[in-house]
Amino acid sequence: MEKEYIHIILADDDEDDRLFFTDAFEELKINTKVNTFNDGVELMNYLNKPDAVLPNVLFLDLNMPRKNGIECLDEIKMDEKFNDIAIAIFSTSSSEEHIEETFVRGANIYIKKPSDFVTLKKVLADVVTINWQYHTSGLNKDNFLLRL
Amino acid sequence: MKIFIKFDFNTVCRKVLEDKLLKHDIKYRMLAFGEIEFLGNINPNKLDEFTEELKEYGIEIIENQKTILVQKMKDTIIEMIHSPELVNVKSSVYLAEKLSHSYGYLSNLFSDVTYTSIENYIIMQKIEYAKQLIVSAQLSLTEIAFKLNYSSVAHLSTQFKNVTGITPSAFQRIISKRREIANKK
Repeated sequence: MEKEYIHIILADDDEDDRLFFTDAFEELKINTKVNTFNDGVELMNYLNKPDAVLPNVLFLDLNMPRKNGIECLDEIKMDEKFNDIAIAIFSTSSSEEHIEETFVRGANIYIKKPSDFVTLKKVLADVVTINWQYHTSGLNKDNFLLRL
Repeated sequence: MKIFIKFDFNTVCRKVLEDKLLKHDIKYRMLAFGEIEFLGNINPNKLDEFTEELKEYGIEIIENQKTILVQKMKDTIIEMIHSPELVNVKSSVYLAEKLSHSYGYLSNLFSDVTYTSIENYIIMQKIEYAKQLIVSAQLSLTEIAFKLNYSSVAHLSTQFKNVTGITPSAFQRIISKRREIANKK
């Protein structure tokens, strides 16, 4: 059977987080290809390249130097060519108002950053599995909202 | 100006298929949804062209037997959820009878191919249907709960929250705010 990949990108300025993240994906059953970027500027430069491979899921850390997660989200939502990317926001805040605001701006997934590796792995597995169903069952991405 | 439309997935697919089959002068019979029998032989070049044209619409011909069975399971589940009459048998019995395989076999195959269990898939599809109904704003939450065979609104709301992490009313608020913003643009 043809091998299918879920292409994933993470933008996070913390090196440890990036490492945890890539490790967590290596242990999942679903085949993934993971790219990471150190901040929002690097990420947007990559995405705006004409030959960029667009990810199926994009994980954005909220607090990054130079360009933060919300700024990236707004830019991405303004460009139609990014419509198929599911966007997950990593944040330390769990204020209801803030979460709703992030969804309204177009995020699909809101993740409260877990403090331990086991939880992180579980959360990422959930995101990728659910995204996989959207991807393979032709579900309406406009209705894709998930809070973890 | 922006308008919101509602469409029936099945009707669209069927129409596309019928048009393409007619265009290539292929004699066929539509069996269950997603299953077509060609009457007589088809020139392989013609079949390639037909396959290629369908790709434009995101329609693919499935060749792998296991993938076909999983697709049938998915179709049966969706049909079960969307059926106007409530299905009163357990979904495991329903699937096993409809697809003539043991539930154990079906269930293992399903998880292998989709990375999720049949039970989770059913719940997810029910919640997706609930979302559609909420967005179209024609039914109240109570009516939606009844339509989807939940014992109460509370039961629907709890399952909705378990699956999505947000409540049905938060979902409704977010979608309508998004629409307001989209309309202003």
